[in-house]
Amino acid sequence: MSDQENNQSESTDDRLQVARNLVSALESGDESEVATLLDTLGAQHERSLFNELGRLTRQLHEALNSFRMDSRLSEITETDIPDAKERLSYVVTMTEQAANRTLNAIEDSMPRLSRISDRSGELAQSWERFRSRELDVQEFRELSRELSEFLGCAKEESVAVSAQLSEVMMAQDFQDLTGQVIRRVIDLVQEVEEGLVGLVRVAGERMARTTEEIPTAAENKNDSHGYGPAVPGVDKADVVHGQDEVDDLLSSLGF
Amino acid sequence: MNKDMQILVVDDFSTMRRIIKNLLRELGFNNAAEADDGTSALPMLQTGKYDFLITDWNMPKMPGIELLRAVRADPKLASLPVLMVTAEARRDQIVEAAQAGVNGYVVKPFSAETLKEKIEKIFERLEG
Repeated sequence: MSDQENNQSESTDDRLQVARNLVSALESGDESEVATLLDTLGAQHERSLFNELGRLTRQLHEALNSFRMDSRLSEITETDIPDAKERLSYVVTMTEQAANRTLNAIEDSMPRLSRISDRSGELAQSWERFRSRELDVQEFRELSRELSEFLGCAKEESVAVSAQLSEVMMAQDFQDLTGQVIRRVIDLVQEVEEGLVGLVRVAGERMARTTEEIPTAAENKNDSHGYGPAVPGVDKADVVHGQDEVDDLLSSLGF
Repeated sequence: MNKDMQILVVDDFSTMRRIIKNLLRELGFNNAAEADDGTSALPMLQTGKYDFLITDWNMPKMPGIELLRAVRADPKLASLPVLMVTAEARRDQIVEAAQAGVNGYVVKPFSAETLKEKIEKIFERLEG
């Protein structure tokens, strides 16, 4: 039996006793005793109301405190959410860079391919005339010179287009780099979602201490899994900036 | 350096696996297989078929650093050359990888030239 129920049954017993006394006082016509007993009954009723009100206030206070004390929650609002915004901005920048790198390579390649295509079309016509023996010696010399020039140019242009295609391929690394960053933000959103569910549960069941049950992504994350790409302005840990610093660090370790 | 060697590329992002495989092809290596996590890579490596491992660090199930440790702990694989290609850029992680026995470390984003240089360096040292 809980304390609360215990108190209630005690006060019921008390009130019964007071009521019996009241009946006998009324029967014996003791007016001053009747007045005293009626006051006692009223006071008891008020006291149980105040007790209940006090209990509710204490529960509310504790629930609010447990939220205030949950440092993970304040960490989320003060640090992680602004971090997540920075990380998503980084994703926007990275995808924009990748798109521009790709478009630049395409804009550079298209005219090169058009030049090869146009010039080979022209030369094909002259070549046909040569095969039909329609060219005189002078025209043949001219064609020969043009062909030799074209072959050099085609070689040069295709090397350039090939380099641009490699550039397009390398630009696709954004998918991996931004994907890793987005996954971290997804983890945070999930944690916030779980926190909100906890809040709803606390609001629903007054005494539920659900905040203690919420696992935090930060705790769950095994450090050996890594941190993903270092986002400028967000990651303050000691990170290297580029391959040269990696090489320097490794050579200092005897590599 | 044997251009016919069998290479295993491990990364959880398929786009990055394709990029690395394409770069390897440009460098003349045509035998590259893929795995998307340390857990799937390890049994492939244990077949003894591979001569070179290129792995990412940050992967959902078994991260590259644990794959590296598992490789070094396996007597049959202990001497397998391992190149880490990862976005993990903390100094303590690079030191950790070096201590775990990595042969080379490339940070993403990287250039085709960097990858070529590091692979060549690894095999120069092994053959030298």
